[in-house]
Formats: sequence, C-alpha cells, structure tokens
Amino acid sequence: MKLYIKYLAIHIKSQMQYKVSFYLMMAGYFVVSFSMLLGVYFMMSRFNTVDGFTFEEVLIGAAVTMAGFAIGEGVARAFDMFPVVISNGEFDRMLVRPRGLIFQVMAAKLELSRLGYIAQAAVVLCYAVPASGIVWTADKIITLILMIVCGGTVFCCLFLIYAALSFFTIEGLEFMNVFTDGGREFGRYPFSIYGKEVLKILTYVVPMALFQYYPLLYLIGRETGRFYMFLPLLSLLFVFPAYGLWRLGLRNYKSTGS
Amino acid sequence: MIQLDGICKTFRVARRKSGFSQAAKALVKRTHEEIHALDNISFSVNDGEMVGYIGPNGAGKSTTIKIMCGVLTPDSGACVIDGRTPWKDRIAHVQHIGVVFGQRSQLWWDVPVCDSFDLIRDIYRVDNAAYKRNLDELTELLNLSEILQTPTRTLSLGQRMRCEMAASLLHNPSMLFLDEPTIGLDAVSKIAVRQFIKRLNRERGTTVILTTHDMQDIEALTERILLIGKGRILLDGSLEQLKTRASAQKTLVIAYAGDAPALSRGMALAESREGRMVITLDPAVCPVSDAIARIAAQTEVTDVSVAGISAEEMVAALYQEYEI
Amino acid sequence: MKAYVSVFRLRFINSLQYRAAALAGIVTQFAWGFMELLAFSAFYRVNPAAFPMTFQQTVNYIWLQQAFLAMFMMWYFDFEIFGAITSGSIAYEMVRPLNLYGRWFSQSAGTRMAKCLLRCPLVLAVALVIPGPLRMSLPPSAGQFALFVLSAALALGVVVSFSMLIYISAFFTLSPAGVRVITAAAVDFLAGGVVPLPFFPDKLRAVAELLPFASMQNMPLRIYSGNIAGTAALEGIALQAFWLAVLMVLGRLWMRRALKKVVVQGG
Repeated sequence: MKLYIKYLAIHIKSQMQYKVSFYLMMAGYFVVSFSMLLGVYFMMSRFNTVDGFTFEEVLIGAAVTMAGFAIGEGVARAFDMFPVVISNGEFDRMLVRPRGLIFQVMAAKLELSRLGYIAQAAVVLCYAVPASGIVWTADKIITLILMIVCGGTVFCCLFLIYAALSFFTIEGLEFMNVFTDGGREFGRYPFSIYGKEVLKILTYVVPMALFQYYPLLYLIGRETGRFYMFLPLLSLLFVFPAYGLWRLGLRNYKSTGS
Repeated sequence: MIQLDGICKTFRVARRKSGFSQAAKALVKRTHEEIHALDNISFSVNDGEMVGYIGPNGAGKSTTIKIMCGVLTPDSGACVIDGRTPWKDRIAHVQHIGVVFGQRSQLWWDVPVCDSFDLIRDIYRVDNAAYKRNLDELTELLNLSEILQTPTRTLSLGQRMRCEMAASLLHNPSMLFLDEPTIGLDAVSKIAVRQFIKRLNRERGTTVILTTHDMQDIEALTERILLIGKGRILLDGSLEQLKTRASAQKTLVIAYAGDAPALSRGMALAESREGRMVITLDPAVCPVSDAIARIAAQTEVTDVSVAGISAEEMVAALYQEYEI
Repeated sequence: MKAYVSVFRLRFINSLQYRAAALAGIVTQFAWGFMELLAFSAFYRVNPAAFPMTFQQTVNYIWLQQAFLAMFMMWYFDFEIFGAITSGSIAYEMVRPLNLYGRWFSQSAGTRMAKCLLRCPLVLAVALVIPGPLRMSLPPSAGQFALFVLSAALALGVVVSFSMLIYISAFFTLSPAGVRVITAAAVDFLAGGVVPLPFFPDKLRAVAELLPFASMQNMPLRIYSGNIAGTAALEGIALQAFWLAVLMVLGRLWMRRALKKVVVQGG
C-alpha cells in the first residue's frame, strides 16, 4: 500500500541519521547468525548426517528459517516490542488515527538492520543450493519461495500472538521466546530431529514444520507427492488464531485502559 | 454535538506491596482493588463550545476523555458524538477529532516536522489543496515557518507543543481534545497556545474540550467548566457562576493621594502601603458601587480595580467544599 | 562486598514480585534445554563413537548451562551501567569517593546472581528427576562438586571482568549497541555457549581452550560431570584464576584512562 511505503520512507530517513549504529547492528546480527551456522558446521562435520540429512540439506532448512525470521522480525518488530508501544502511549495515539490497528503497529517500527539475516540466508542458499545435489526444476524453486514467504508469515503471526498476549499481561510473556527466537535457533536443523512428539506439535499447533520440514523432504526427493509442495500454504491458516487472539486482546485493552 | 449519558467505568488494579514477606505472600495470592473511576457521568456539549474539564488527579478526567476518543470502552452508559458511538465506530469517529496528549508526542523524532506533517496528511487522507491551505494558515497562526524544516528532537518544548497543535489540526477536525496542553511550557508559549485555541474556536467553530490543572488556561479560554471529583460531575456552569458560587468576595485595589480612607462595614483590609490599599469586600453587605463611593468621598482616588477571586482560589475552595 | 549483597537483595525481592515472569523464565529455559538435548540425542543416534563426551556428561552440561544462563552468558549485560555512561550521569559517580571499578563489578555480579538464583534451583530440580535418558545426574564425588563450585565462582568473575571491558569501551564509542551484540555473540560462541567446546574440531578446540572465554562456562560445566577431573581440573581452575587476574588488571588500567578522558572532556 502506498501509505506503507511512505512510512518506510520516514523510517529509512530516520535510521539514516544514525548510519554507524545501523551498520554495526547489521554486522552484529550477522555475527549472531554466523556463529549459529558455524555450530551447525562443527556438528555436521563431526557426524556427517543427522536423521538422514546431509550438511547441505540441513543448510537449506536453516536458511529458510533464517529468512523467514528476518522477514517476520523486520516487518513485525513493533509487535515484538509491543509492551513498550503500549506503555509509552504510542498505541493510544494509534487508536486515535483513522487507520487499521494492525497496519499501524506494523508500520510503526521497521527494523531494517535485520536485513543482515536475509543477506546471510541468501549467501547460505547460494552455497547450499548447488552443493546439495538437488535438481532445481521450476516446481522446486516455487517450493523454496513458498517456504520462505510462508515462514515469514508464520513468524509474523507468532509476533502478533506475543503482542496480543501483552494486552493481558506484561509479565510471563518470556515463554513466547521459545517459538520466536527458539523457532529460529531450533530451526537450524530440520524439525524431525527433535523427535515425533515435537514434530507433531510443530505440525498441528505451531505449523513451523509445514514450511521448513515437509517441503524440504520434497526438495531433496525423499517425498515425491506434489502436495508436499503446497504444504507451506497450509501454514497460513495460523493467521486465524493469531488474529482472533489479537481481537480478543484489543477488546480487553479497550475495557481496562492500560 | 457530544452527549454522555450515565457513563460508568470501574477498574481492577492488582496491589503490590514492598518488603520481603509481602513479596513472598504475593507469590501465592494476588489482592485486587476496585477503583470506581466514573460513576454515572452525564453531560452534553454543543458544537463550538469551549469546555474546561477540571478536577484533582485521579478524579476521572483522562478516563472520560479516553472514552470520548474511543480508546476506552465504558462498563455502561451511552455516548454519542456527532451521531456516532466512539468505541464502536472508531475509524469513522476518529477522522473528525483531533487529540493532543500533553506529554506524549505524535511527531516522528528524527525527521523534520514537515515530513511528519506530510505523513499525517496521508494517514488522514486529506485532500492536497485543502492540506496546503490548512498548513499555511496553521503555520501563520502558530509561527511555525522557521521550525518546519527542523527535526523534532531539536525543538524546545514550546516549539514542539506548537507543532503538536498543528499536527492535530491538519485534518480540520470539528472537535479538539486537549489533555494538559500547556504543561511545562514557558509563559510566552503558554500565551501563544491559549491565543491560538481561542482564535481557532472563534474562526473555525471547533469544539474544544480541555483538561488542565493550570487555572490560567481556564480563565483565558473556557466559558464553561465541568468539575469532576471521585468519578462524579459535581458542577457544570460558567466560570463566572462558579466564581460567584465559590465565594462572592471581591478584591478592591485602591491607589490614593491624601489621607487613608476609613473602612466601613463589609470591608476588610488585606494590605496597606503609602498610597495603596487592598480591601476585601463582601458585596452582600456593601455593594461595590457603594464601597467605591464611600472611599472616594474620603480621599482622592487615583486608581481603582475590582476583581473577583482568582480561579485558583475558587478551585481550591471547591475542592475543599466537596472534599475531593 | 556490602554493595554486592544489597544489590543482590534488591534485585531478588524485585523479581519475586513478578511471579509470572519467573515461572515463564523457568519454563522457557527448561524447554530450551530439552530441545537442545533432543538434538544431541539425534546426533548420538547417528554415531555414538564420535561423541567427545559421554551422553550423560552432555546432558549435565546442557542442563547446567540453562540453569546458570544469567550467570555465564555474556549477553546478560547490566544495561543500567550502559545507560549511566551514555546519559552522562557518570558525572555524579565521579564525585563519590568510591572505587568505580569495584562498584560496577559488584553490581554486575550481584545482578547476575540474583537473576540466576530465582530460576536455577527449579530448573535443576526438575532436570534431576525427569524420567528417561535426559535426566541430569549428580556429580561423581563430593570433591568434584567442590571443584565445580570453585570453578563456577571463578567463571562468574571472568565473565564479569570481561563485561567490564565492554562497559568501559562504551566511554569511547558513540553507539555501544552494535559493539555489544557483536562481542557478546563472538564471546558466547567461543565460550561453548552455542556448541560445547569438546564438539569443536580438534585444532580449533585446542586454541579455544586457552582463551579467556573457555574459562567462562566451559570449565565449571565440564568439571561438574567429571569430563574434566583430577589434575586437569586443577589446571583448568588455575587457568581461570590467571585470566581473572589479567582481565581485572586490564580493566582497571583502562578504566583509569577512560575516567581521565571524562574529566578532561566533561563527559
């Protein structure tokens, strides 16, 4: 939407005032994800495979998760910082503006320094994609794109849930980290290595496996059914509970003030 | 047109105590307290009125404002503003109101003020031509031409407040809610802001609802005052009525040349210097004209001024009377 | 010492108020440890022989790491100190006749311990009783446990003295945030916070074990489970003490220079 681009322009203008800070932060996130990947490298070079996946195949899964998280955090940063947005009165200001609330919150903070993750994911994919021995046909490319885009949406939903919960309480929200930061960290390996129970949870409750694991099986040829390609789209259903929780929280906020 | 009917609002607040044993207890059980913020609030405001909404801290002023803005939903009661219920038709309602929260800024911090204004224009979908006209007018009225290009973070509080005012009026709202707009401002800025609001109300017919602790704001701006205390509207009347009600006393300041005049019944001496006297007068006992006549008969009066009690004194007296 | 105790007490009482937060923290850390161990299990299934520590030792390592997260992880900076430097209220500190290095040291240490103490007992308690292969075990001997406690205390010292260097660096940079993120990430990696040091490739491991970062969590966590025992443990502890001394001396010297700069420039 045009308005969103205008917000984007103002954020860029604002953050460009602090160029040094910006680049340092980007470098910082780069180091963080690099150390995560280095860890994966150490483990994989010692054990060669895990759960039947080779190093390159694991990398593809990790890159998809990183890119998805980067999109999620970059776009939905304000939801991640929602307790602050509420406490300093910014949210009240949004309630007084004639625009949709989710739109306003999303537009409020655009964390561009998270682009560091996207750059890194791209680099990783550049290595892993050719080295994995996968034959990259059109359908596989589409699958990969769907994985990343739907991954980004799922992470956005997780942040939305976090924000919705902060309408009810400011304490005790830390456990959401298990899904947001945790999703990024644990997603460095294909989700099947954590066992059947965890995989079930990540398929039916928080559908991260739907964009990271099952389509990966399709990419490497372990599964050939066409429908694996479109499983990421199923993860978009997560939007409904996330949005529902937000509405609930909003109603609660409007009736209790802050 | 604003109409409130029987608005009630109660809050539940968790109680936290200090000290180790209390903290440990809190770990097991939470105690709650109920605060009755609003108790059957009803009033109406016509278009173009300027209303001062006063009361001690915690009386329910901000709560009422929030309800009128659509930010808060009341427990019971009705509120209709220009045919809409604020919390139900949020987006439509909000298009026509402007809000200034005294201490929180709506401008983006690191970019020039004009960039913030442009974005606000886009948020409110203001027509370009109308926006330009409006902005020019506001720039002139509030003296913004020199600071429009500067980043918000470099502005002084007075400059920022003027920009805040302009920002909340860019979309030409029919109603303006001001929550402590002159707090922290220096004298010059305060006067500028007050004059601006008065002019706005006069020229555009903007309805203004103002909450403040600064009684000079009240004196300068409002014809009508709503006093709220402990969640109830205690008084609804004009400033003059309230002043008279609180105390009918008048203060007479007389400058004279010659002998000091003697005071008669109903007059009391508050201050006396060579050539100057400050007298408190009870008009019920001795009307103002009589008092002046008596004094003038005794000495040569060079200057006289008559004043009612100050707004501050009036408010203090009212708070005392209602024990709030 | 008194400062340390009072800071500790304050933070501890404060955190008791927020019982939901404490509970959430415990659940989070527990879930994290659980997931990490599931991943290790998957690797163990692939090739148990390639495991540089026994599986039980790995289990103990990960649970302890989670329990003592606030104590050993570099990214748990004390942000108040950063705030004091950037806001310039450091000027007030200068007027007081106290040793600033000592004060910040105790404040940092006290905060970390307080944050840790609220969560670690419960995490450990649960980890010691859960059924199955992921259960944590007690240390092999009382002597080993004593060495663990000593090593842990030294590790806290090394962590805090290194973070002092980061605090002091804030005097010289305009934007400490980026520096913080980069250093914390690098340090935690080299300390074995992402992958335990034994899992590093051999050459890299040899180098890493000599760096001060290995003294931050690697040493005590491995001493506990007996992965490092006997004379090796004593050598490790000596290395920790060495690094602690070096970092403290460096810190104090650097701080003196930084404070001089503040006086000259006026903050």
